[in-house]
Amino acid sequence: MKICVLMKQVPDKDAALKINATGLGIDTSDLTFVTNESDSYALEEALLLKEAHGGEVVVCTLGADSSLQVVKDALSKGADRGLFLRDDAFDNLDILSLSKVFAAALKDENLDLIFSGLQSDDVGNGQLGLLIAEHLNTSHASLVMETEMVGDSVIKAKRELESGWFQWTELDFPASLTIQSGINTPRYASLRGIMMMKKKTIDTKSAEDLGLNLTPQTSTTKMYIPEKTKETVYVDGTTDEIVSKLVDIFANDIKVL
Amino acid sequence: MKLNCVDFLDISHHFSEDEIMVQHTTREFVDKEIMPDIERHFEAGTIDFDLIPQFGKLGFLGMNLPEEYGCAGMSNVAYGIMCQEMERGDSGIRSFVSVQGSLVMYPIFAYGSEEQRKKWLPKLASGEFIGCFGLTEPNHGSNPGGMLTRATSVEGGYKLNGAKMWITNGTIADIAVVWAKCDDEKIRGFVVEKGMKGFSAPEMKHKWSLRASITSELVFDDVFIPEENLLPNVVGLKGPLGCLNQARFGIGWGAIGSAMAVYEAAVSYAKERVQFGKPIGGFQLIQDKLAWMLTEITKAQMLAIEVGRNKDDGSLRHQQVSMLKRNNVWVARECAKLAREIHGANGITGEYPIMRHLMNIESVYTYEGTHEMHTLVLGEDITGIPAYR
Ligand SMILES: Cc1cc2nc3c(=O)[nH]c(=O)nc-3n(C[C@H](O)[C@H](O)[C@H](O)COP(=O)(O)OP(=O)(O)OC[C@H]3O[C@@H](n4cnc5c(N)ncnc54)[C@H](O)[C@@H]3O)c2cc1C
Repeated sequence: MKICVLMKQVPDKDAALKINATGLGIDTSDLTFVTNESDSYALEEALLLKEAHGGEVVVCTLGADSSLQVVKDALSKGADRGLFLRDDAFDNLDILSLSKVFAAALKDENLDLIFSGLQSDDVGNGQLGLLIAEHLNTSHASLVMETEMVGDSVIKAKRELESGWFQWTELDFPASLTIQSGINTPRYASLRGIMMMKKKTIDTKSAEDLGLNLTPQTSTTKMYIPEKTKETVYVDGTTDEIVSKLVDIFANDIKVL
Repeated sequence: MKLNCVDFLDISHHFSEDEIMVQHTTREFVDKEIMPDIERHFEAGTIDFDLIPQFGKLGFLGMNLPEEYGCAGMSNVAYGIMCQEMERGDSGIRSFVSVQGSLVMYPIFAYGSEEQRKKWLPKLASGEFIGCFGLTEPNHGSNPGGMLTRATSVEGGYKLNGAKMWITNGTIADIAVVWAKCDDEKIRGFVVEKGMKGFSAPEMKHKWSLRASITSELVFDDVFIPEENLLPNVVGLKGPLGCLNQARFGIGWGAIGSAMAVYEAAVSYAKERVQFGKPIGGFQLIQDKLAWMLTEITKAQMLAIEVGRNKDDGSLRHQQVSMLKRNNVWVARECAKLAREIHGANGITGEYPIMRHLMNIESVYTYEGTHEMHTLVLGEDITGIPAYR
């Protein structure tokens, strides 16, 4: 079984974000970067499947030079090979164009499974795994909570639906699954894994290598920190009136009743 | 790739990629697996046994020993930075790792036979076996050469008599590396196994320091040690001192972690705690303390990396390790006191890591050669005149 895990480097959740001088993006100079949370669960799920059924785990990332760390971390946890998509031309691409980059990089890999996190913690498109499935004509499932192999070429996936409902679906290989956080316990890189990482290969591919010439189809016009607005509502009247007004607010404005 | 610890001088370029990854993975492990429960264990005076197999699985035990014995085969600097991150968690936890790797696995590796290495190292590396190191005695601490524990030659081996004290991990150990005087008055090392007749290891209770680490006595009452448990390749005090040199090196790094823990806590407290209408971090007297801490931590890091590189390239002199241990533990001890002051009354509670580090560092100041003994080592190195007696 050959699995590719798509992983992304994102700013640390606790980082204080500042808008950069252009007003179109965030200032990355003082940021600490981490692996996108749900991607770590996707990697763990792939490693568990490999350990149980054999095969190869390829880890793939697209991003700035610093994102190579995501690949190296994954290799030290047990992934077998890295694929690094690096080109300045990828920098401001929209998600559809990005999905074409991944599709071009992965199409000849003969993958059985593509795992990605449910969404990235920075831009949060939540579309990549599904768009790639369309480009490569594979089956797909989103919001995956659990996986189970059925025979050699079918994977069962438990999907999270609305209102506490779940659904089990069976997908034929090849399939693209987007993985929900919390579905397993991601491992730590062991020291032996770190030593082995140094011997594993990471292939870097540019737009030219992939035969792509893409231009962004969307553009950012403004990036800003949400302004805090505070609106205090005073509820006046007798106790009975206050209670019925509150019930009304809870039921109709805040919609918690 | 960058270190993700206190790093004023931007020193990542002094480290290789895998050394930085060791720092990252240890820190993540400590944050998730040790921090949440350490205050409870410290208060209860217990060690978290669940950690031990995890140490093994991740390769922390004897990590700078070769791969053929189940170890990670990493550099001494990688070992150092691992100790830093462990001790940022707790000095007792770092002590466990130091004793296992530097005081038990190292002598078996360096002074043991190939059979002894194969027999014990993989089990110690995986955490299946716990080890301890018995040098100190009730009446012989700084002067271990005066030890009274005796190994008398008998048919097929030795009879061991005497007692060791202050032995980390003693009660929970499967094997003990014990140093004793033989009939020719020379000191030799022995591997004493749990369950050997006449060997007991009662726990020493009521410590107010290193509470999340077990400390014990080792009592030997006519314990028969077979010849094959003698470490064949070292004779004399240089045996135990060679082990201590390994461990002290890790302690010199570990102390930086303790200092970083209290420094980071002090910085965040100073920014949050408001008195007289502003955060206390806005007062010069507090800033003076923070500036002192950061400066000394930074100097301690530079000392550690230089000593570490000397150890990696084989040019290390043991006096350099004495300077590292002496300086860095002193820095951590002073930082703990300053952080305690900055935290006011909160500084004495278990809500903050300060008092735990402050109490722990007192042991670290004394064990593995007291601060004073390392001063004397440096004094002799400078003047050529020994002043121990
Ligand atoms: C928590 C803990 C864990 C330990 N774990 C271990 C272990 O695993 N294995 C082990 O073998 N030991 C262990 N030790 C023992 C430790 O190494 C000794 O405590 C240490 O060597 C000091 O010995 P001592 O306590 O007998 O002090 P002493 O040697 O009696 O020293 C008392 C004081 O006198 C000073 N002093 C002594 N001689 C001189 C001199 N010539 N000039 C100036 N000052 C002098 C010392 O610096 C010290 O301040 C541990 C200790 C502690 C507290």
